[in-house]
Amino acid sequence: MRYSDDRVILHNQRDTQISRFKAWVLFLVPLAAILFQVYVPLFFQFLAYLELPLIVTVYFALMRRSPIGGLLVGALVGLAQDSLSKNPLGMFGITKTIIGYVAASVGMRLDVDHPMIRLILGFLFFVFHQFIFWALSRGLLGQQMNFETQRTLVLGLLNAIVAVSLFHFLDKLKERT
Amino acid sequence: MDTLLNRYRNITVLLLVILAQLVLLAYQVKNNSDVRLIRFWAVTAVTPLARTIEGLRGGTDGFLQNYVLLRDTRSENQRMRSELGRLKLENQFLKTELATADRVKALEAFETRTPSKMIAARVIGTATGASASAVFVDRGSAAGVEKGMAVVTPDGIVGKVLAAYPTASQVLLATDPTFAAGVVSQKNHVRGILKGLGHGNCRVDYLQNEEKVDTGEWFYTSGDDRIFPKGLPAGQVIAARPGNPFQDVTVDPSGLAGGLEEVLIVLQGVHQDIPELKTAAAPLYMAPPLKEGQTEPSPATSPAAPGHPPVLTTDADKIREHYQQVGAAQGHKFGENLPGSKPADFNYQPKPGENVSVTAKPGLEGEKRIVGDEGTAGPDSPSPPRPRPAGEQKTPVSRPKTVTPDKPAAPPQ
Repeated sequence: MRYSDDRVILHNQRDTQISRFKAWVLFLVPLAAILFQVYVPLFFQFLAYLELPLIVTVYFALMRRSPIGGLLVGALVGLAQDSLSKNPLGMFGITKTIIGYVAASVGMRLDVDHPMIRLILGFLFFVFHQFIFWALSRGLLGQQMNFETQRTLVLGLLNAIVAVSLFHFLDKLKERT
Repeated sequence: MDTLLNRYRNITVLLLVILAQLVLLAYQVKNNSDVRLIRFWAVTAVTPLARTIEGLRGGTDGFLQNYVLLRDTRSENQRMRSELGRLKLENQFLKTELATADRVKALEAFETRTPSKMIAARVIGTATGASASAVFVDRGSAAGVEKGMAVVTPDGIVGKVLAAYPTASQVLLATDPTFAAGVVSQKNHVRGILKGLGHGNCRVDYLQNEEKVDTGEWFYTSGDDRIFPKGLPAGQVIAARPGNPFQDVTVDPSGLAGGLEEVLIVLQGVHQDIPELKTAAAPLYMAPPLKEGQTEPSPATSPAAPGHPPVLTTDADKIREHYQQVGAAQGHKFGENLPGSKPADFNYQPKPGENVSVTAKPGLEGEKRIVGDEGTAGPDSPSPPRPRPAGEQKTPVSRPKTVTPDKPAAPPQ
């Protein structure tokens, strides 16, 4: 795969290339990500720190380059995650809705096929996701949670590295045009 | 208008979707209830998948162990080595089986000896979220599980049921920051609230700095929270430091140690006693209990029972007794005479019929008082009144009279 090494920012609409996916990919990949988070940490506890639903949301939002599509993917994945978590419905939903929207907006302006851009975006979106979730928990639910900056940064880096690898794999599921 | 909507279509949809979820969230928070339908379908959809994956994993694991690895071993090694390898695999398998059987046996034993009614469950998944401290177990409302029930293991408390679905239940672990349980320490009986810290340990809140909590001390459930029956182990103190305003006590939750595979859900809790702390100190002598109908200790165990001579056991006691009799017979009060006064004649031998009695002061073991015919000796004898301060109460306070066997007390008037 060739990356546009010297062009990180897209200057006009013609540079923007929308990726398309088959319906089963759009359904099964988020489901697999959620199932992964439900089941795999039982055997490998350290994998609980991977936010695969977030990574998948960011990927589809970046690749589809449609803010509405991105926020809908984020809302659905977030609500599904909420329904399997102990949080009230809407916490992950709102968080991932915002992430999906922002990711799609960023995807329209940056060359998101570049691995370094993906790494940085993966890191930033994880930190952003954790911050929004923390702010919602404090503001809406009144939970006295601490924002663990150091831990979040380390986990953000870990998730970004996994995101780059996973994005590379998911690229193969794109429809060829 | 249409142009305006088209221009801000994206942001409008974003705001609408967020608003809808905010309404959903507000509904749940305001009514303190859950939108059960969505969770119901999500859990019901995921649970069979998780079970299928677990079954596939078990089957694949067994297939790999019993067929692929075994065949590879045969192909790579000689017959004896392959036989050894197979036996090792079998041994490992049996050890795993034995460990599983031991765990099940331990659960059964715990279930039998605990008066609470419990049901065993297997952990089949974790809740989503990077810092989630909740798991799914394979028993739900169909098995009688209800929200709020306690979840334990023989080692200690695990958490409580957060939500019960027909085929599965969600359990909030004790390490979750929103978890709380009433606990009491085993040694000093200090009461507090056990709360999760979001990682491996818990803390005990609301312990005053003056209350004594030792490192290594065990905390048990107090039953105050009406979730956990009293007497279940909660954890062991790993650090206790003074804090502001309360002590900073960190506890290692015993129920979550060593992984979590099988748990017990308490369907009907019955409170138990907190086990007594067994210390390694020297054994303490305790006198035999009173016999039936006996109201006072026997003379052998009472050194100065009224009307009975005290049992003297040492030479010092005998000498002291002799001197007290000598002093009483001569009207001499030890320790109260002025310097230069005539001392008692210690060569004086009291006659056998002389009226000298020895009584003991109630409540002060070993301190004896000699009361002669005069009835003036002894520390309780009347003494000159001390000068009364100006503001002190002037009401006379009657002093208790000394009662001896020879002089019965006058009846109250």
